[in-house]
Amino acid sequence: MKTFTIGGVHPKENKLSKGVAISIAPIPERVMIPLSQHVGAPANPIVAVGDIVKVGTKIGESAGFVSANVHSSVSGTIEKIDMYPDLSGNKKQMIVIKTDGNDEWEPTIDRSTTLQKDITSFTPEIIKEKIAIAGIVGMGGATFPMSVKLTPPKDVTIDYLLINGVECEPYLTADHALMLEKAEEICVGIELIKKALGVSKALVGIENNKPDAIAKMQQVATAYQGIEIVPLKVKYPQGSEKHLIQALTGREVPSRKLPASVGTIVCNVASTFAVYEAVIKNKPLIDRIVTVTGTGLTTTANVLTRIGTSFSDLLNVVGGLPEGTDKVISGGPMMGRAVRSLEIPIMKGSSGVLCMTEKEAHRKPETNCIRCGRCVDGCPMGLEPYLLYALSKKSMFAELNEHNVTDCFECGSCSFSCPAHKPLLDYIRLGKAKAIQILQNEAKKEVDKK
Amino acid sequence: MTTIINTILLLCAIGLLASIALYFVAKKFKTDENPLYGEVESLLPGANCGGCGFPGCRKLAEKMVDSPSLDGLYCSVGGEQTMEQIATFLGKVASQTEKKVAVVKCKGTCEQRPKTVSYEGISSCSFAASFHAGDTACSFGCLGLGDCEKACSFGGIKINPVTKLPEVDSNLCTACGQCATACPRHIIELRKTNKKDMKIYVGCSNKDKGAIARKACAAACIGCGKCMKTCPNNAIVVVDSLAYIDANACKLCRKCVEACPTGAIVETNFPVRKKVEENN
Repeated sequence: MKTFTIGGVHPKENKLSKGVAISIAPIPERVMIPLSQHVGAPANPIVAVGDIVKVGTKIGESAGFVSANVHSSVSGTIEKIDMYPDLSGNKKQMIVIKTDGNDEWEPTIDRSTTLQKDITSFTPEIIKEKIAIAGIVGMGGATFPMSVKLTPPKDVTIDYLLINGVECEPYLTADHALMLEKAEEICVGIELIKKALGVSKALVGIENNKPDAIAKMQQVATAYQGIEIVPLKVKYPQGSEKHLIQALTGREVPSRKLPASVGTIVCNVASTFAVYEAVIKNKPLIDRIVTVTGTGLTTTANVLTRIGTSFSDLLNVVGGLPEGTDKVISGGPMMGRAVRSLEIPIMKGSSGVLCMTEKEAHRKPETNCIRCGRCVDGCPMGLEPYLLYALSKKSMFAELNEHNVTDCFECGSCSFSCPAHKPLLDYIRLGKAKAIQILQNEAKKEVDKK
Repeated sequence: MTTIINTILLLCAIGLLASIALYFVAKKFKTDENPLYGEVESLLPGANCGGCGFPGCRKLAEKMVDSPSLDGLYCSVGGEQTMEQIATFLGKVASQTEKKVAVVKCKGTCEQRPKTVSYEGISSCSFAASFHAGDTACSFGCLGLGDCEKACSFGGIKINPVTKLPEVDSNLCTACGQCATACPRHIIELRKTNKKDMKIYVGCSNKDKGAIARKACAAACIGCGKCMKTCPNNAIVVVDSLAYIDANACKLCRKCVEACPTGAIVETNFPVRKKVEENN
């Protein structure tokens, strides 16, 4: 069975919400919709306080090439447009909408659930335009605008579309649930992206801890030409773009290059489903499936949630925040981030809400490095985490660039595998930020010279 | 015995040859350097802190010798005394620079600014700042992890273990600016100080609107502008809900300190107020 070659770890899966059917979250009283839910420039607000909006009304206009539109996820009145803290506590511009309870949708959106397989009427241009209008971003977590992804540089030829159904993060099951329930729609979505890119072959990578999803997708995909389902060996971080490319095609993305440089484009299954909805049903990206999970919860859920619902409203679906919760994480336990307050909204890239009990939430005391080299074995990028850690700790940031610290994508395999519980990733993150600053300053100096 | 004599003779011969070679090499590659450089350098404190804007004391010494006047060249570590010495030595006039001292513009102690989250990451302000907005609701104030203390070469700034805020020892502070550069929140300012190190400044950096700032910290500047109205010297401006006192215009009358409803304005080293005594 295929997988990537270097490094990787095996965290305990803990997929508590495995096989739980997708439920629909109640529409909250108020939503907070950030204008920056994607990589790139924040969208510009195009509504004013007091305006009446419907579900799917555009409220933020994409500001530049690498940016995305933002739509209202509820019907109601714009209450405030102001700066609010995001999950890290830094202030971001958000639009607060008070819902009116009618849940009135824009008339252009087709709300029927009938499956439409015929895509002959859509030209590649129309597909790309509809995706851009709908404000779709990579929903696996990186939130890279989809419209940019579908416009690869002219000098490369794309021969594979790769669909990411790996979901290698422990606990998360949102993509798994989606593949089980919306396999047909995902396949039509793949057909649409293939058409937009002019690619004939698509590979869907799914880890073999989801045999039901593999079987379901394989059964559905037989009806489509050029969609192949590839079961993958379970290994974290297979869901990373570069590692999925290597696992599926054997190609290695060079350092500091994009997947397009090896002729591939990677899309998450959730984004693929969003593409189907955007093109066929004219529905902008206003909701997503979020896994609400944690060992302290009595019930776990895969919830279809409107963008902008607060964490506390979403947690009410599973009976509120359980007592003894010490940490709530947005995303998975490996790469997700702890939130500072529950009054922050679900965004386009939020794949999970994970509640950790007191026992799980805290770090273990740090001891001395025993030179076991497990961090080196675990690093999927072939870096030397112990060295990057030491250099960063000694503030030798310029040297970090010589050791390719910028290739680190912060998967946390090193910290996870360290038996001495060293904060390896913390220091590498710090060093990476400083090293990037040094590179930028050098680039600036060269531009100034010219 | 002959072995010993031979060895000694051989070593003497090598030594002689090497010294002759060195003599000629030294003559051939002799560089002319102003001997004053070294002498001025020896007068400087040798902290190599970079506070003067030059990479180390040597470079400052060279600049001092080479430039026609000492304007703009100042060693804040050595202070006026050192500058006077160098000026007399070089026969130039020392530039008059007012004495400065670092001040920390945050009064958010543990009581004033309650913690909202607990942070378990590494003990570095620059890391914490890149990761989140601090463990209190104030996203502008001190993070309390001591990057300034680590940056100071003179032991002039120390984190108070009780308040978790840095405190500056004016006697040790040389105003080199290392702490101000190290602080990711930019809350350390080099301020002009007066006689007996009396100074008045706003001990807050929170640019949030009043209500939000007050909720996060009891000692926050809420931008009410009372100090601005009270100031007889027009030394105070309020920008982004945050007051700033111009140290050059301030006449140390202390009216703003009394007017401030949250006690965000700090006065240091003033004699005890008479009024307070009367009230008591």
